[in-house]
Amino acid sequence: MRRNISLVVGIVLLSGLVLFVGIGHLVVDTTKARALSATPLQPPSFKYPFGTDRQGRDLLAVMVAGTPLTLRIGFIAGFLGVGIGSILGFVSAYYRGKVDVIIRGIADIGLTVPGLLVLIIIAVSIKEGLTVDQMALIVASLAWLSPTRTIRAQVLSLRERGYVEVARLSGMSGPGIIFKEMMPNLLPYLAATLVNAVSNAILASVGLEVLGLGPIESPTLGMTLYWVNYNAALINGWWWWWTAPIVIILVVFLGLFFLTVGLDEIANPRLRRAV
Amino acid sequence: MKADVLRVQGLVVHYHTSLGAVKAADKISFSLKADERLGFAGESGSGKSTMALAILRMIKPPGRIEAGQVWLDGLNLMSLSEEEMRQLRLARIAMVPQGSMNSLNPVMRIKDQIADALRDHGAAMSRRQVAERVRDLLQSVGLRPEVATMFPHELSGGMKQRACIAIAISLRPKVIIADEPTSALDVVVQKQVMETLARVQKELEASVILVGHDMGLVAQFVDRLGVMYAGKLVEVSPVRDIFTKPLHPYTQMLIASLPSLEQKGTFRGIPGLPPLLRDLPPGCAFHPRCPHAVDRCQTDEPLSREVRPDSWAACHLLP
Amino acid sequence: MTTLLEARHVTKVFGGGMFDRNATVALEDFSLRIDSDRPSITAVVGESGSGKTTLARLLLGLVTPTRGQVLYGGRDLQTMSQTDWRAFRRDVQVIFQDPYEVYNPFYRVDHVLTTPVAKFKLAGTKAEARAVIDDVLKAVGLRPEETLGRFPHQLSGGQRQRVMVARALLLRPRLILADEPVSMVDASLRASILGSLRKMNVERGISIVYITHDLATAYQISENIVVLYRGSVAEAGDVELVVKQPHHPYTQLLISSIPLASAERTWTAEAVAGPAIQTAGTTGCKFADRCPSATSPCLQAAPPLFQTDRYRAVACYLYQGTPALSMDNMVSVFAGSGKTSPVGSGGTSMEP
Repeated sequence: MRRNISLVVGIVLLSGLVLFVGIGHLVVDTTKARALSATPLQPPSFKYPFGTDRQGRDLLAVMVAGTPLTLRIGFIAGFLGVGIGSILGFVSAYYRGKVDVIIRGIADIGLTVPGLLVLIIIAVSIKEGLTVDQMALIVASLAWLSPTRTIRAQVLSLRERGYVEVARLSGMSGPGIIFKEMMPNLLPYLAATLVNAVSNAILASVGLEVLGLGPIESPTLGMTLYWVNYNAALINGWWWWWTAPIVIILVVFLGLFFLTVGLDEIANPRLRRAV
Repeated sequence: MKADVLRVQGLVVHYHTSLGAVKAADKISFSLKADERLGFAGESGSGKSTMALAILRMIKPPGRIEAGQVWLDGLNLMSLSEEEMRQLRLARIAMVPQGSMNSLNPVMRIKDQIADALRDHGAAMSRRQVAERVRDLLQSVGLRPEVATMFPHELSGGMKQRACIAIAISLRPKVIIADEPTSALDVVVQKQVMETLARVQKELEASVILVGHDMGLVAQFVDRLGVMYAGKLVEVSPVRDIFTKPLHPYTQMLIASLPSLEQKGTFRGIPGLPPLLRDLPPGCAFHPRCPHAVDRCQTDEPLSREVRPDSWAACHLLP
Repeated sequence: MTTLLEARHVTKVFGGGMFDRNATVALEDFSLRIDSDRPSITAVVGESGSGKTTLARLLLGLVTPTRGQVLYGGRDLQTMSQTDWRAFRRDVQVIFQDPYEVYNPFYRVDHVLTTPVAKFKLAGTKAEARAVIDDVLKAVGLRPEETLGRFPHQLSGGQRQRVMVARALLLRPRLILADEPVSMVDASLRASILGSLRKMNVERGISIVYITHDLATAYQISENIVVLYRGSVAEAGDVELVVKQPHHPYTQLLISSIPLASAERTWTAEAVAGPAIQTAGTTGCKFADRCPSATSPCLQAAPPLFQTDRYRAVACYLYQGTPALSMDNMVSVFAGSGKTSPVGSGGTSMEP
């Protein structure tokens, strides 16, 4: 434990968040997260520990209900992104040749296009109201680009390893080598990439939501900030309205960041081999 | 009667890991005379590199020098402060570490790397003096003057290693410790580098400690040879005696296992494996693999004794 | 077909085409034949840049030759069928230099043994597989109960290398290619690994191609030797002759540079040749720039092999009084060949 403080801090922060949401769901009435549930614009009090917003939402309920939604977008997009990225990265790096050129080309072109712009265009094109899951898919559409490149780089070096050659000489086929020889050695790296992807996905989704392009009905963290903006809460001095979502977003990102750093330490082979 | 330029007494180095203390070097004692070449041969894990680093007090945590004294020309190195030790390194006792040719700064020219060492030790020299010194140093290691302006990647392995030797001798030390200076070099280049080292030693009237795993290489270069096993110095003798009258069973079996170019023979390896340094067997560390082991070997650790004039060995079976 | 594996006028150039100045000619016009009727041990000795590693990879089919062919049982590796490849992979096994890199750190060492058993269907049940594995482990002097179930980092370098030798035996090969099998292993453990290799040759009739830079171990284990210098053969023949009375100036330089572990000082003589100057695309003898005996013909064209003894050939104009030998017939100077006339269906002849 002493060796990997980052990992511990990351886990502690994220566990805290999970506890908040878990206990919150038991203790708080999440129906109060909807508009017109309470007296609007109340500063924090015993009845409403996080205060209420202009539409009369109990902000504590909003946080309890909204945090898991934001996290869900992040996880779905992150998993999809790394999942697709892994497959493309492995195939591209192991087989090389034309397949590699095509996949790499698409990823490179995709990476140069400003992601947020593409997401905005996609979000704007969807006529009906957006759901949380649709949001996740929109973000996922670009989330695979970077993982493809980084995983490809890792696999390129891995395929030159002695044990891969020995496996080939022992009669193993391409897919067998990918799954049995290379993938297990990449698991820590993939985990770190996944956490990173989740973090980026949350950032992207919050970004879209703040611009008003998210699921309007849902009390996600980003949407809350949209309303904060819309109602000029900053100027009007309704500090409790923007404090809560920002603190929670901070905790999410710090938690994911420390988790990434902690996993990176594990993924570093030099540390791994020291028994 | 030449004086001892370096004396090591009871040096003990342990590495503290989560699995226990690794006894990398245990009660190493020897002396090095002026103008002498002393070699330490041993296999991987025998403690020779640890010992070399310990003499220069360059053991980093989790390693620690647990005990022992090192005297350089009568000066006790263990009693010095870190700053005093730093000034002593390179100036009076220098090291060509293992793999040093790969540790040259890839973005600095050779002349700058040598000048770096000179300036760092407070050599108040003008630019011209430094340039002259660099040229002299390169010449003494057999490198052309043009090498000064080159980058490490432009040099071959042998040339890089000779540049490292140039850095090591830049302040005219009295003792040069070379740890595997020629591993990864071809055998022809290896000979040239060792010849360079010999020439440099003669010019400086310095002493050399050569540490290596290649018995042949060490044997062809040194006057006296120490054999290390499992962190212990099991035998130290003049090199001729090591091969004609080896004392310690490990030395005997090691020499017997080396392939010769004279005659084809049977392959005689040493059965078993070297012990784990954190889990040494009681008594003599070699007894599990020793064909002559007796009961006493399993309980009492043999101490190093002068069995013949100038020949020391640690074995119960010796007179 | 009595020829098991053959390299026929193989040339391998890395980087660029044949005439690109940046290209490196790793191996040039090399031929070697391993016959299956008599299990032999042939050493290929060279320093870095000699082409010995490239040769190993060419013989294993991991790399394709720029010119020339590599033939298994008379069939070109490039055009063989899948079935032939499987047979090839069974008949020709390899032991690599690095006993650390060849193990997947994720798995126990059993993995390198169970994989070929499974892929080549060497056993029907788990018990049979275990029996087969136990058998080869014991053949290399390892105890199965001490070796299996461990992770690679729990074994020493020597043990790991012996497991690799055991792995090579699993498929009952006819040829083992050992690429520096003991250079990363401690001196006292080397002898037992080399002893195992010799035992394989004597007891199981397996031919061995032993590739190394270490002339001493090559001398001890092999009967025939080929000395490579910068991609070309310098000298070849009976190992006793080549090592005790080297003819080629490079071989002489090599042997005089080897530090002997003995009481006598053999390192007294100054180097007989200068350092190598990197020149790409030289015509003429590759050693000419360092050779103390070089004359102008040496710079014009590379010398052919001259058969100076029944069991030795040298590529040096110093010996042009003796009969020339074509590369195809280099194997005729190997002990046990008993042939002096050209064999085979006249392969592609190379124009310099």
